[in-house]
Amino acid sequence: MNKLSQITIGALLALGTVSAAQAGTLDDVKKKGFVQCGVSAGLAGFSAPDDKGNYSGIDVDICKAVAAAVFGDATKVKFTPLTAKERFTALQSGEVDLLSRNTTWTLNRDTAQGLSFTGVTYYGGQGFMVRKSLGVKSAKELDGASVCTETGTTTELNLSDYFKSNGLKYTVVALGSNSEAVAAYDSGRCDAYTTDASGLYATRIALAKPDDHIVLPEIISKEPLGPVVRQGDSQWFGVVKWSLFALVAAEEYGVTAANVDESKASSANPEVKRLLGAEGEFGTPMGLPNDWAYQIVKQLGNYGEVFDRNVGAGSPLKIDRGINALWSKGGLQYAPPFR
Amino acid sequence: MAKQDGAGGGARRASLLYDPAFRGIAFQVVLLAVVLFVGWYLYHNTTQNLAQRNIASGFGFLSQPAGFDIIQAMIPYGSNATYGEAFVVALLNTLLISLIGIVLATVIGFIVGISRLSNNWIVARLATIYVEVLRNTPLLLQIFFWYFAVLRALPGPRQSISPVDGIYLNQRGLYMPVPVTEPGFWTIPVAFILGIAAAVGISVWARRRLMATGQQFPAFWAGLAAIVLLPVLAALVTGVPFTFELPELKGFNFQGGLVLIPEFMAVLFALSLYTASFIAEVVRSGILAVSKGQTEAAHALGIRQGLTLRLVVIPQALRVMIPPMTSQYLNLLKNSSLGAAVGYPELVAVVAGTVLNQTGQAIEVITLTMAVYLTFSLLISLFMNWYNARKALVER
Repeated sequence: MNKLSQITIGALLALGTVSAAQAGTLDDVKKKGFVQCGVSAGLAGFSAPDDKGNYSGIDVDICKAVAAAVFGDATKVKFTPLTAKERFTALQSGEVDLLSRNTTWTLNRDTAQGLSFTGVTYYGGQGFMVRKSLGVKSAKELDGASVCTETGTTTELNLSDYFKSNGLKYTVVALGSNSEAVAAYDSGRCDAYTTDASGLYATRIALAKPDDHIVLPEIISKEPLGPVVRQGDSQWFGVVKWSLFALVAAEEYGVTAANVDESKASSANPEVKRLLGAEGEFGTPMGLPNDWAYQIVKQLGNYGEVFDRNVGAGSPLKIDRGINALWSKGGLQYAPPFR
Repeated sequence: MAKQDGAGGGARRASLLYDPAFRGIAFQVVLLAVVLFVGWYLYHNTTQNLAQRNIASGFGFLSQPAGFDIIQAMIPYGSNATYGEAFVVALLNTLLISLIGIVLATVIGFIVGISRLSNNWIVARLATIYVEVLRNTPLLLQIFFWYFAVLRALPGPRQSISPVDGIYLNQRGLYMPVPVTEPGFWTIPVAFILGIAAAVGISVWARRRLMATGQQFPAFWAGLAAIVLLPVLAALVTGVPFTFELPELKGFNFQGGLVLIPEFMAVLFALSLYTASFIAEVVRSGILAVSKGQTEAAHALGIRQGLTLRLVVIPQALRVMIPPMTSQYLNLLKNSSLGAAVGYPELVAVVAGTVLNQTGQAIEVITLTMAVYLTFSLLISLFMNWYNARKALVER
């Protein structure tokens, strides 16, 4: 009996301490030594593994920027490939520290689902891709078409809204993952495939004959894509949010991976000095080293470099900067002041 | 217990610790306390975490508009549908594929199982190959095989295979004419029900006559004739009160008629063929469990092979077969969830997939999904247990 009661009490105490020890995500990440980042399993330009299993893409670079800010080392990231269906549960349950997976910022997700969007890495919109042989020139001509998409996305909802508001009929084939949806479209199950326009271009170049498919001109929704963290941890929220802002601010001030050392040492602009940690204390209050933004730019470049390398002119996707240009150049990318 | 209390009384109180009855109860109380505590802890921890992360809880979301479409819905499911209705649609889709799958798997399983014991060398070998191939490959792979390899190889809508006008088979599914009712149609289902009643009556009468006089009557054929002929007669008398709506190629796809979507067909084929391979083994073992002497005795009485199987062997084999059959039916029901992989809109795909994602109510949604599978599994179990009790050997 004594032994049994000891074991029981021990077990109860062990259970009790689990709930007591709930530290912030930043402390957990520091203790682990890496950032666990949820990404897409394969969307060229956003996050896709190469033949050695190394992920690259704009979403991946956000994860790396956070690692560079926390550890001063952009390689301290581990990636968890997630489907659209799995992503939120993985984040809510703590399986990943950060979700950077072409995820659309919506009101419901940001409030009722326990998620917090930290900003926008890419302003996109939903479009359609069809076979050229159909002779379709506009999404308005898709009456009666069958459309393939990935289940558990805003895409599914926009699709329904768009067809209803235009009085068109359609059938939706919603598959479990993006690769299955693309395979179903490619094999002829559907007349059209729909996702964010950027995703359409990424998908198109991966098809057997990219030239047989066209992306229709209509953009039927706003899809601000950005990193997501759990609600209720404002410290970690701040770290991720400002890592993204540091990228944008660096582009605005003309700081690049190449000139970051020189800028830090000799820039006359006080805002650049504050950004790079040469002046003031802007890292410590966040729980980060003072040179956190310097490390991000040094290792990954600024937002413009990240964009060009992954989805822009320097990549196979060749997506125009468009509304993703800086606010000062007619776009929407804007970072609050570093002061 | 009472005896010990009476004998020992207060004198033995010191060694209550060594009283087996007391210890038995004490252990159970402790176990119960631990289970309750763990349950409470899980509940408390979950609600606390949900509150901390601002995740709304409760089943209120079921009455919110869903805003997404479902490719196959047996009840009207339109633009104003709620998450609750999406749940019902998915539930019905799961039930539809499970019920048809169970019937198909049972029929195929019986045929293959009996074929495996056939004296015909080729038939027996073919049945063996069927069983070994389907039983030893993963079900998910078979679903993918049917969906991506077989059904994708079909032509596009414009080059549909059409054995007769009105039936079209292409990548988008199997399109069939659907009857559209006109006034007077009600006579046909009524006649059909009367036909079934007549068939039951005939079989009861034939059985009584057989017992009384020993004369046989082709009750099966007579019953079948009643079930088929009465509705036909009703249709002719009322002047054929229905027309067929034919599927037509309009724009991208066929419109109208009845369509079996490829997702449904792939999952149905895979589920029923896979489960049939297990049922075949159950049937074979059931038949082998019946002593060969029973067959020999029946033959010695001059009963033909077919009748021997039907009247002597299978009734005895059923007693062995029913319990493992129950497991196979349960497996089929649960395996229908793999339909999610190819986009068949069943419970896991729609509810645990789309609804969960759109609402973020993971705990409620998963609870609901589990409750459905549990309920239907228990119902199948109950039914099979009842059937088993009926078929069990009656000992006198």
